[in-house]
Amino acid sequence: MPRRDDLHTILVLGSGPIVIGQGGEFDYSGTQGCTALRDEGYRVVLVNSNPATIMTDPATADRTYVEPLDMTAVERVIAIERPDALLPTLGGQTALNLAMDLHHHGILDRYGVELIGADAGAIHRAEDRQAFRDCVEGVGLAVPASRVVTDLADGLDAATELGFPVILRPGFTLGGEGGGVAHDDAQLRDMLQRGLDASPIGQVLVERSVLGWGEFELEVVCDHAGNAVIVCSIENIDPMGVHTGDSITVAPAMTLSDPELQALRDAALAVVRAVGVATGGANVQFALNRETGEMVVIEMNPRVSRSSALASKATGFPIAKIAARLAVGYTLDELPNDITRVTPASFEPTLDYVAVKIPRFAFEKLPGADTELTTHMKSVGEVLALGRTFAEAFGKAMSGRELDVCAYAPTDLADALTHIETATWDRIDVMLWAAGAGATAEALATHSQVDVWFCRQLVDLVDAGFPVRRPLGQIDAETLRAARRAGLTDRDIARESASSELAVGRRRRELGVTPTYHAVDTCAAEFAALTPYYYSAFETVSEVPTDDRDAIVVLGSGPNRIGQGIEFDYCCVHAVRSVSELGFAAVMINCNPETVSTDHGVSDRLYMEPVTLDAVLDICARERPRGVITQLGGQTPLRLAATLADEGIPILGTSPEAIDRAEDRGRFGAILARLGLEAPPWATAPPGGDSLAVAREVGYPVIVRPSYVLGGRAMAICDTPDDLRAYIERERPRGELLIDHFLDGALEVDVDALSDGTACWTAAVMEHVEAAGIHSGDSACVLPAQSSGPALVAELEEQTAAIALALGVVGFVNVQFAVRNGKVFVIEANPRASRTVPFVAKATGMPLVRHAVRLMLGERLEDLELPAPTPTRHIAVKEAVLPFGRFLGTDPLLGPEMRATGEVMGIAGSFPAAFAKAQRGAGAPLPSQGAVFVSTRDDDKPRAVALAQTLVRAGMRICATDGTAAALASVGVAAERVNKVSEGSPHVADLIAAGQIALVLNTPRGGGARSDGAEIRRTALRAGVPCITTIEAAEAAARAIAGAAGQAASEPVALQDLGRVETQPRLRVGAPGGSVTQHSVSG
Amino acid sequence: MSARAVVVLEDGLVLDGRSVGAPGTRLGEMVFTTGMTGYQEAVTDPSYHGQILCFAAPMIGNYGAGPAHDESDAAWAQAVIMSRAGNHPGTGGPTGWCDWLIAHDRVAADDVDTRRLVRHLRDRGAMRGGVSTELSADELLARVRDHAPLDGRDLTVEAAGTARAMGTDGPRVVALDCGMKRSIANGLVRAGCRLAILPSGATADQVRALDPDGVFISNGPGDPAAVTPVIDAVRDLLGEVPIFGICMGHQLLGHALGLHTERLPFGHRGANHPVRRVDDGRVEVTVQNHGYAVVADPLPDGIQITRVSLFDQSVEGLAAPALRASSVQYHPEASPGPHDARYLFSEFVDSLGRA
Repeated sequence: MPRRDDLHTILVLGSGPIVIGQGGEFDYSGTQGCTALRDEGYRVVLVNSNPATIMTDPATADRTYVEPLDMTAVERVIAIERPDALLPTLGGQTALNLAMDLHHHGILDRYGVELIGADAGAIHRAEDRQAFRDCVEGVGLAVPASRVVTDLADGLDAATELGFPVILRPGFTLGGEGGGVAHDDAQLRDMLQRGLDASPIGQVLVERSVLGWGEFELEVVCDHAGNAVIVCSIENIDPMGVHTGDSITVAPAMTLSDPELQALRDAALAVVRAVGVATGGANVQFALNRETGEMVVIEMNPRVSRSSALASKATGFPIAKIAARLAVGYTLDELPNDITRVTPASFEPTLDYVAVKIPRFAFEKLPGADTELTTHMKSVGEVLALGRTFAEAFGKAMSGRELDVCAYAPTDLADALTHIETATWDRIDVMLWAAGAGATAEALATHSQVDVWFCRQLVDLVDAGFPVRRPLGQIDAETLRAARRAGLTDRDIARESASSELAVGRRRRELGVTPTYHAVDTCAAEFAALTPYYYSAFETVSEVPTDDRDAIVVLGSGPNRIGQGIEFDYCCVHAVRSVSELGFAAVMINCNPETVSTDHGVSDRLYMEPVTLDAVLDICARERPRGVITQLGGQTPLRLAATLADEGIPILGTSPEAIDRAEDRGRFGAILARLGLEAPPWATAPPGGDSLAVAREVGYPVIVRPSYVLGGRAMAICDTPDDLRAYIERERPRGELLIDHFLDGALEVDVDALSDGTACWTAAVMEHVEAAGIHSGDSACVLPAQSSGPALVAELEEQTAAIALALGVVGFVNVQFAVRNGKVFVIEANPRASRTVPFVAKATGMPLVRHAVRLMLGERLEDLELPAPTPTRHIAVKEAVLPFGRFLGTDPLLGPEMRATGEVMGIAGSFPAAFAKAQRGAGAPLPSQGAVFVSTRDDDKPRAVALAQTLVRAGMRICATDGTAAALASVGVAAERVNKVSEGSPHVADLIAAGQIALVLNTPRGGGARSDGAEIRRTALRAGVPCITTIEAAEAAARAIAGAAGQAASEPVALQDLGRVETQPRLRVGAPGGSVTQHSVSG
Repeated sequence: MSARAVVVLEDGLVLDGRSVGAPGTRLGEMVFTTGMTGYQEAVTDPSYHGQILCFAAPMIGNYGAGPAHDESDAAWAQAVIMSRAGNHPGTGGPTGWCDWLIAHDRVAADDVDTRRLVRHLRDRGAMRGGVSTELSADELLARVRDHAPLDGRDLTVEAAGTARAMGTDGPRVVALDCGMKRSIANGLVRAGCRLAILPSGATADQVRALDPDGVFISNGPGDPAAVTPVIDAVRDLLGEVPIFGICMGHQLLGHALGLHTERLPFGHRGANHPVRRVDDGRVEVTVQNHGYAVVADPLPDGIQITRVSLFDQSVEGLAAPALRASSVQYHPEASPGPHDARYLFSEFVDSLGRA
C-alpha cells in the first residue's frame, strides 16, 4: 500500500534533553523521521525541548516547538496545529511515555489524533512486565523467572523465592533507570524503593539473575502487512548484568553458530508478532547460556532505540527513516534500500566488516558515584568503529574514546584478574593489561565471564605488539602493515616502539603503508553502493570514487561526553551542509554513532573513523582537501589543528597560531594587557611549588585547576588556604597548577561572535542565571541579556571584538566575562564554536554556522550582510540538565566543573515564563503550591528573605530551620520551623522523603552547612524533589513561580514564528591583531 | 610463518593470501556467498561441487565445526577463500574450523582481500578461478584457463548419494537426489512423509516402482540444462503425481515444463534475499545458492510464476496447478540462514495427504 493520503499533518515528539540513557541517537532518528515524512509531503509538527539538536532546526520540520515535553505543552500544540496523527516511536522512552499519557487522558481522542507507528496495546504488552511475559510464554519462549512487585514486602518475598542475586527492572523507565542488581536483603530494600519510585506505574520486576550469560540483541523492522526483517544482530562483549548501553557491543554477532543465530531470529520475530508491533523498528534482547544452550528473552523496545541507531550506523540501513515511512502506510518492499537504491528495504543487511561500539564514561566528573556497571546505564557517550576484523574495529574504537583519565593500573596479574571480575568502565583496558602480563584467554574469560573468543582476540591484539617492539626506524613496511591489520593503531605502535603517533604515521606513509577505504553498503559488495559511507582497512584497493569538486573536511567531536555533546554535532552538520551548498565536496570524519553527522545522507563523503591524528592524516592524504575545519567539533579537533598544519594540511578559519594565542594563559594574558582589558589576577604554581604563596598573592577566593587536564576537570573554588590544602591533598596535581582569583558573586556573561580577522559581529550576549563560579555548561542562561543595560552590552561587544581581532579569529569566537559592580573582567576566550551556538541560532533564527563557514572560506563579514543581533519579542532561557539522579551517591551541587549531560530551552514572552518552561523541560517543574524549604548560607540570607516574600505572595508555604526561620520572622515572613538533620527526626530530610516539600532551595559553600546540606540535597535527589542550589537560580525560580499566573506568556512558540527586529548592523572593524576603532582602550 | 596461498581468476586477477587449509591446488568456478554464518553448512552443501567458495563475511571460523553442521557426508566446495579464518573449537563444535578444512582436504586461503574479489565477480560476472599453495600465480592462471567451465556439465551424478529411505509415516515421497542437502531430507520427513531417495539418473519407471504420492526434486551442482536424465524423468511424471522442487529441482522442473535456464551474472548466494510471493504480496527473506535461473519469457499457458526475487526480479517460484507441480528457487530448509520459508515442506506434504 502506498502512503496514506488521509493524513496531512503529523506530530512528532522528540526525546528532550540529552540524559544518560537517552542520548543523541534520538536526534539522529528524529531528524531522519521528520525529513522522511516531509519528503513524503506531510506537514510535520515537532515538539522537542532540546535546542542542541538538528531535529529542532527550523528547517527540519514545518512547525518546530522547543517546548517542554509534558502534556500541558503538547496538548496546546495539538490544539494549535491540529495534527491528524502522532508518531511517538522516534523520541525514545520519553516520547513513548508522553504519547501514552496523551492517549490515556483522552487528549488524542479529543482532538482526533491517530497514533501511528505504534498502538497503545502493543506498547502496553511490550512495556508492562507481566503482559510481556505472557506474550513471550505464549509463543513458547521463556523469560527469566521473575515476579512483578509493587511494594517492599512483596519484593523481599520474591527475592527469597528466586534466590539472590536478583535483578530489578522498574516498568516504563529509560536506560534502566532505578534498576540494578541486588545481592542481599539490604541492597534489595534500598534499590527496590528507588525502583518503585522511578517507575511511573510503581511496578518493579524482580528477576532471577542470568548474570554472566551471553547477551544478544536483534533489531527488527516490520510493516503493517506482516513482513519483518532483522536489520542486525548485536553481541554484547560484557555478559548479562551490564546494561547494553554500557557494554562493548559488536555487530554482527561474532560467536553464534547458524543454528543459534536462527533460533534467536525466530524468537525475535515471534516476540515482535506476539506483542503486535504495528510498524517500524523494535529491538529484542536475549540472554543465552552458552553451556546449556538455554535462551531467555530479556526485553523488547517497541520503538527506535539506541541499539537501532547503532544498528543503522553499523549496517547502513536507516531504521528511523524506514520506520517513519512504514508508519504512513508503505510496506518494506515498496521502499528502496537507501544505499543500493535498486534493491528494496525488505531484506536483511549483510556485513563484510565488523562494527564495534565502546561506551564512554565520565565517572571522573562525579566523585562519590558508584562506578560498578550494572543494569542501570551510566555511560555518557559512545564510539563506533568499523574494520575488516574484530580486532581492527576494536583497536580503532578504543583509540576513539579520547580518555581524559587513566585506566586502573594493576599492581600485578593477580590484582588485574581480580579487578576484571567486576564490570567497570576500564575493565577492557585491564583485560588488555592482563593479556600483556601473560594472562591466557581462558584466564581472562574465567575471571571476567567475557566469552573466550573475545578474550582470545584481546590476547592476539596484545601479541601483535611484539613485532613492533623495536625502534621505529627498524620496522619495515610489511611489519607495519601486519601490525595495522592486526588491529593496532599508530598510537599503539608508538607505545610499543617508544615513538609518537605522528612519527609512526609519517614512517608508515613514507613506506606506502596507507589504509584503503571501503563502502558500508548493506550487502557485502553484492550490489554497487551509491551512498558514500566509508571506513578504513588495510586491504589492496580503495573504493572511494573521485570527485571533481575541492574537498573540505569537517572534523567531528568524537564520543559525547560531559562538556562536549551534540551541540558540536549540530555545528558540524550545518558546516557540511553549507560547504556542500557552496559547491565543495563536504567530507565528514566522526566516530560517534549517536549523531546526525554520522548519518550517511548528510555529507558528500562520510568516514566513520576516530577523530585521531592517524585517521585524520590518512584521510587527508587521500582527500587532499582544500582545507580542514577544526573549530566546530569542540576541543577534539581543535587539539589536532596545530599538528595538522605542521603536516601541511590547510586549516580553515582561525589559524593554529591564533588558537594557541587564546589557549596559552601567558600569551592570552599578554594580549589582554596590551588591549587594556581586565582579567581576574592569576598565576601558575609550578609542579611541587608553593601553591599557597601563589594563592595568597592572587588573593582568595581562588579558582584552581591543574594545567594538564581537559574539560574543566578537577576545577575547584577555594575560599581559604585550608580549602586549597585540602584540594591539593585530594587531587594531587602532577603538573602546574593554575590559580585564578575568583570573582565571588559576579554576573557571568557569554558572548558568541563571528570574526573575519578584521571585523567582528556579535551574535549574542547571554547572561548566566547563576553567578560566576558555576561552569557555563551547568548554568542557566538567558537571551537577550536581562540585567545588563545597553552600555554594558556595548562594552562587552567591544571587548569581544578587540579580543577576536587581536587573536586573529576567523570564524567563531566565544568570550566569557564576569561583571561585578559594573566592571568587566575577561575570564577566557575560546576560538571555536561554543556550546551555546545552537541555542543562539534557535533563539535568534540566525544560521550562525553557515556564516562562520563562509568566513572560514574567505568571505568577509560585510559579504554576509548580517543584521544586528536579534532582540526578539521572546525571551529564551537555556537550562542545563544534570545527571545526578543516576548517581545517587553524589551531592547535586553545581561548581566550576561541568556535569551537565544536556540542555533544554524555554522560550516565552517573559523571563519568568521562559525560566519556568525551561525548568519543566528539564524535568524539574516548579511547583505552584505547597511548601518550599529554604536554607541558605549567611551571605545569601538577605536575598533569601526577599525571595521568600515573593514565594509567600505567590501562595507558597515556607519551611526553614532555625537560623533562616528567625531571619524570615524578623521581616514578617511566616516560616514553619523544621528540624535540621542533626537535630533528629522528624527533620527536614524526613519531610522531603515523605513528599511534604515541593521545592528545596539550598545554597551551600564553605564548611558548616556542607554536611547537613549535602544530606538534604541527596534526599531531594532521591525523592525527585526539585532542588536549587544557587541563590540566583532560586530568585529566578521565585519570580517564575510568582509569574505563573501569566499564562499568555507561556503559550507555545513555533521557531518559525520568531520575528526578527532588524536594526543597525553592529560590525566592529579594526586592523588585524590591533586595536578596534570603535573601542576606546581604558586605562 | 604460515604458508602463502595464491588466488587467481581466469581474467588475470591475482590475490595473495595465507594457506589455512590443506596444501595443494584446486580449480573451479569462483563464487561468493554473502551469508554471515553457517560456513560448514555451506562447504558441505553438494551444490558447491565444482566451485571455489569465497565468503564475503569478515571472520569465518569463530565457532567450532562438528558433525551437527554437516549438510552431507563430504566437503564439496573445491576450496575456500576467506578474509580472516579462525580455528576455535568450542561453541558450535569440537573441531577448529581450519583443522576441519585440513581434515576434509580443502585447500583454503585467508588474509585475502575478499571484498575486492566479490566486487570483481559482481562487476565482471562468474568465472573460473584457482587457489594454490604450491604454484606461482602464472602457473595457476594457466591451469585455470585450461579447466573445463561449469556450463554444460551434469555434476549431479557425482554429488548424489545412494538410494536410501527415511521416515516411517505419512505419504510416500520419492526424492530425486541431485546432491540433496541433509536438511532438505530432514525437512520433508519432519513435515510427515516417508521418503525414498533415488540418485540422479533414476528413470520415471524407477520412481513409479516406488508408488509415490509425491515426487521431490532436490538441489544440486552444475548446469541444470545438462541434467537431462532428471528432466526427462520429471517430464514423464508430470501430471501423474504431485511434484515439488527446490533450487536445481526448480530449474529442472522448469525445463520439464518447457522453459529453459540461463546463467545469472554472478549468481545468488546468501541468506538475505527478499522474495515476493505473487499471491499475497508477502515477502520472505530467503536463503539462495544458485548460478542459473529459470527464464519464463514467454510463459506457456498453465504455468504461473509464484515468486519473484526483489533483488533482480528473476523467477523464484513456479507452479503448474493442473499438473500439481511447483517449485522454489530458494532454500526453505535454510541451514544456513533464516527459516521464513520452512512452511513449504508441510505445505507440500500436507497437499499429498489431501490428494
